[in-house]
Amino acid sequence: MSDDHVYMTLAEGHEDDTRWAYGTGFEDPLQGVDTDVPDGVDAQELAALCVTLADDALVSAQRLAEWTTRAPELEEEVALANIGLDLLGQARLLYSRAGQVDGTGRGEDAYAYFRDAGEFRNVRLAELPNGDFAFSIVRLLVFSSWRLAHFERLAAHRDPVLAAIAAKGVKELAYHRQYAAEWAVRLGDGTEESHRRTRRALEQVAPYLGELFTAYDVRDEVVAVLSQVTEAAGLPMPVYRPLPGSGRAGEHTEHLAPLLAELQGVARAHPEATW
Amino acid sequence: MVTTLLDARRARRIAEQVPDPELPMLTLADLGVLREVSMDPDGTVVASLTPTYSGCPAMAEMRAGVAARLKDAGYPRVEIRTVLDPPWTSDWITPEGRRKLAEHGIAPPGAAPARAAGPVPLVLSPIRRSVTCPRCGSADTEETSRFAATSCKALWRCLACREPFEYVKEI
Ligand SMILES: [Zn+2]
Repeated sequence: MSDDHVYMTLAEGHEDDTRWAYGTGFEDPLQGVDTDVPDGVDAQELAALCVTLADDALVSAQRLAEWTTRAPELEEEVALANIGLDLLGQARLLYSRAGQVDGTGRGEDAYAYFRDAGEFRNVRLAELPNGDFAFSIVRLLVFSSWRLAHFERLAAHRDPVLAAIAAKGVKELAYHRQYAAEWAVRLGDGTEESHRRTRRALEQVAPYLGELFTAYDVRDEVVAVLSQVTEAAGLPMPVYRPLPGSGRAGEHTEHLAPLLAELQGVARAHPEATW
Repeated sequence: MVTTLLDARRARRIAEQVPDPELPMLTLADLGVLREVSMDPDGTVVASLTPTYSGCPAMAEMRAGVAARLKDAGYPRVEIRTVLDPPWTSDWITPEGRRKLAEHGIAPPGAAPARAAGPVPLVLSPIRRSVTCPRCGSADTEETSRFAATSCKALWRCLACREPFEYVKEI
């Protein structure tokens, strides 16, 4: 066998490996991970938490992927796609963990492709349309700061699998936040037009901030980061007021269903297909 | 028993030589993602791999590569385990791996940031990293993009020889 390259091994016809191209044959991303739930951890609560965190990541990843071929520069397109890929990876691990512990034995695809909008538990901030580049950057800044603060705490969760997923995610999210923060400063401190658009973006995300701060004690950390960035950017801090409803209760904006239609279309048209 | 130990060692050497799909000049051992290879009493080889990034699409290929190599080497029963804890760090890239990266025009990572207790700080002032150009050795280099073709790399350019190059990020 002359496999100088791993991909070549795929073409060499191992009987239990029927994949035909790179990226096909997705398998359980938690393969071989100890699946036990520790004593004292409520399996249903753990599963619900994993689904919630996965939904945030999956919906965000889909929005980030929409920038592909539309970003202002190739470098930004690559950056946004990479950030989306990290989040998609987090979602896959979290859905798999949920399926292990909620008693249904569902795989990641069941959660991602075969639930309707009302069953998704992501925060509404994640599903809002991309808007302009300033809005996407401001949304990413808020989202990654919030998720990072949350994951720092989850790294000490009593479930070792969730804790490990979170500990890994912290490193990735720190890069995401850094990217968004640097762009927010550049835009806020840039031209009159970029300043105006970034300021408007802050006003647009403001109503969705309350939803992020209800369930977990991460508010102070996120507010500190937002203050640091807005000060460096010469922008005002967003003033948030609560918006009725909650994505966490399955109450979404009108934007989620079309997003899911695109995300789920192929899988639903060919439910038996493997790739 | 002695046979088993020798066999486990041989299995480990085989698994270690599997190339990384994204950085094929590196083996999985060079990259530090092959955490352990052992052999169960029934002869099953158990290889433990850790992903570099959560979304690393190469993970499935790494698993397939290790399993295929071991089967070809005469180990019919192979089990691949995923290890998430502790998370992969670029510090695990071996000196040999770093040398190979540089040889192929990719700047190896510096030391990963030490993680203190409490929130991860956000630093907005430009972070000075001294990245040496893997082509000409000049330290007169600058970052052009924090993200590149794969999650683990950034794009840089050399101001001395004017060549762009990739750089494996510290994580
Ligand atoms: Zn140079």
